[in-house]
Amino acid sequence: MDVELSAEEKSLLEQIKTDLAEIGNDRSKLIPILQLVQQKLAYLPAEALHLVADHLDISSSEVYGVATFYNQFRFNPPGKNPIKVCLGTACHVKGGDIILENFERKLDIREGETTPDREFSVDRVACVGCCALAPVTVVGETVHGHMQPSKVEGLVLRTRIEKEMQEREKQKNEPIE
Amino acid sequence: MSPSNNAPARPVFEEIRREAETRRKAFNEAPGAKIHIGMATCGIASGALATKDAFEQALAQSGIEAHIHTVGCIGHCYAEPYVIIDHPQSGFPPVFYAEVSPGKARMLTNLFLAEGDPRFEHVLGATEENDMIPWVMEFSRFNQEKRVVMEKCGRIDPEDIYDYIAEDGYATLVDMLQRSSEEVIQQIKDAGLRGRGGAGFPTGVKWELAAEEPRDTKLVICNADEGDPGAYMDRTILESNPHQVLEGIIACAYAVGAHKAIVYIRAEYPLAVRIVSDAIHQAQALGLVGKNILGSSFDLEIEVFQGSGAFVCGEETALISSIEGLRGMPIQRPPYPVKKGLWGNPTVINNVKTLASVPPILKNGADWYKQIGTGDSPGTAIFSVVGDVTHPGLIEIPMGVTLRTLIFDICGGIPNQKKFKAVQIGGPSGGCLPESFLDTPIDFDSLTAAGAMMGSGGMVVMNEDTCTVDISRYFLDFIQKESCGKCTFCRIGTFHLLKMLERMTEGQGREEDLKTLAQLSEEIKAGSLCGLGKTAPNPVLTTLRYFKDDYETHVKEKRCPGMVCRPLIAFYIDLEKCARGCDACVGCCPVEAVFTTSTRKKGIDQSLCVKCGECVVACPPEYDAVRRVSPPELAPIIERPAQPVKE
Repeated sequence: MDVELSAEEKSLLEQIKTDLAEIGNDRSKLIPILQLVQQKLAYLPAEALHLVADHLDISSSEVYGVATFYNQFRFNPPGKNPIKVCLGTACHVKGGDIILENFERKLDIREGETTPDREFSVDRVACVGCCALAPVTVVGETVHGHMQPSKVEGLVLRTRIEKEMQEREKQKNEPIE
Repeated sequence: MSPSNNAPARPVFEEIRREAETRRKAFNEAPGAKIHIGMATCGIASGALATKDAFEQALAQSGIEAHIHTVGCIGHCYAEPYVIIDHPQSGFPPVFYAEVSPGKARMLTNLFLAEGDPRFEHVLGATEENDMIPWVMEFSRFNQEKRVVMEKCGRIDPEDIYDYIAEDGYATLVDMLQRSSEEVIQQIKDAGLRGRGGAGFPTGVKWELAAEEPRDTKLVICNADEGDPGAYMDRTILESNPHQVLEGIIACAYAVGAHKAIVYIRAEYPLAVRIVSDAIHQAQALGLVGKNILGSSFDLEIEVFQGSGAFVCGEETALISSIEGLRGMPIQRPPYPVKKGLWGNPTVINNVKTLASVPPILKNGADWYKQIGTGDSPGTAIFSVVGDVTHPGLIEIPMGVTLRTLIFDICGGIPNQKKFKAVQIGGPSGGCLPESFLDTPIDFDSLTAAGAMMGSGGMVVMNEDTCTVDISRYFLDFIQKESCGKCTFCRIGTFHLLKMLERMTEGQGREEDLKTLAQLSEEIKAGSLCGLGKTAPNPVLTTLRYFKDDYETHVKEKRCPGMVCRPLIAFYIDLEKCARGCDACVGCCPVEAVFTTSTRKKGIDQSLCVKCGECVVACPPEYDAVRRVSPPELAPIIERPAQPVKE
């Protein structure tokens, strides 16, 4: 995982350093600290794990061991449109795995990965807790219930078209040189 | 805890209650209609935010005066987003509307609020008895429930503490503070309350054990790490009525003598985290939490800890490890957490539902609680009934109701004229029960005797088109990912169970696997430390016991009777039924496996087909031409024409 940090991420990492000083270096604060880092950076890059380890004065492997134990933490940057396909019991019975497969095929990535343009990422989640709407997919913050394979294509297409429209709008507003 | 010096509690609380009543009166007497909208996670997922916006816009445009009251969830998931409109000037009782889209919201504003026409065709029922609109309590989905824990869910605004107090909330604290902690514990013991986390340990005994510990620092943890895929009642309670849980936590802390409590909520429930945090702040501001609660000598701090998503953390020792910042791995008990728990202190860990049951018991007494449910399992149980039922949602019923009543009478049975096949109870630790168990009363002991488990209360109903082998494979897949890895039998045993089940669902099953499955399952049960490993083989064992036929057809005939396991099925198009001009299946196929034959009817290229079943949905019902067969060799071979056929 050798993702080069962007300038923005580097400055966020500096901010996290100051936040850490406020939280203190109690070992039991490890999970809240990791949650804070992920909240700011959207994932846990290796640099951040080292930073946390130094701060708490424990080894990086211990931090990594705890972080990988929990499902909440991710180690590669999510897409701008993170797609979470629910595979809870009710969604499984109603064909959630087929929905996941369709996203993987449509975007040409596997679960847990991000498209090269960083637009989309696909993840499976255990249960988002709206089983009566099964099968469920969460794109960004929006929950889409009663998913179908054909809706998958529509969702991806809609997000791409919306982005294109925004870009055109932007170009229109920019003065022509 | 001695009750001396706690006398000021009553006048202090009376003042708070008066304020709540004044606010409630002002709301009730304000001119205009009241619109109650359910806004818990499930409501929002179904579009409640858009519905609320639509009401606000329509009200602003038409200039009608009305108040929007955001409430929690009533558990009727099939009806989301739901709205209750109380419009006394129209002469109608409060009306319950189901599935209110933004369009319906605008229509109701213009026709019901403005012109007084309640649009009978959209009405589900009235929430009060009357002679114009059927009362909802006449429907079995409503009247067979017994609400103790969820009584106020969906009636009050979870973000307004006064709304809870106006409904008699926090009132039990005043009396409790005048009593000794022994009396409080005795009342919980007399009520026979058993832990709602799944195992059913007597709550009063747990409290007593912690209270007897001669230590100064004791802790209370509310376990809201609801990790079971398919259960969401804890989240609904926290999002719809957080103060009832807090009231229960305060009572528990008072009884055991704790001064610090932690609410452990999954980080996957961001709305619940926010609502509970806000609720704690509101309670602090009114002096219900914090130093000298209600002017008494009792102090209690409550904070929220966000769990990071590990199923095993529902186990109490693993939960403690994760609060301590470690990997959430269970440790040997005893010592039990009530003796040596978080940071070595005596710790009482109770489930959300257990703690939320406490205020009603304190209010109505132990005898009242014991009347509900059965002798050994008093009280109510909350189930999230989902899957193939007409009216899915959260249902609170007295213990002892049969599965048949729950599934067929309350939830409306199986839709689309399908037959009932199985019901999966208790998630990954529970089991699948067949039709012969439908008359089993639901309580802790009879479910355990049947091989299932009350567990978290997740219940997935499955119709005849389900494959129980696939269901076991699904749960083992989940358990395999969630096993913490400490015990060899759980870590490696479940891996091999999963591999065997995968082989079966792919048509590679071996006959000796059936025996190995049963044997290995027993060994995993014996060789694991915590509840996760001990119950992990339950899905396999129950399906092996009750649905042996399913396994045998998979292994011996390489066929899936439920037509679910995709390597064992194929789709084909019945040329007799296919219509020439229709292209519905071609358009919907995600992999372009459907082609047009020389007669312009359609065929499926089996080498490309991913068996998603989309063509079955797309094919118009008047043709109904797509067939599903198992084993796949039964599908007739239709050659794709060398040249694409011109339309």
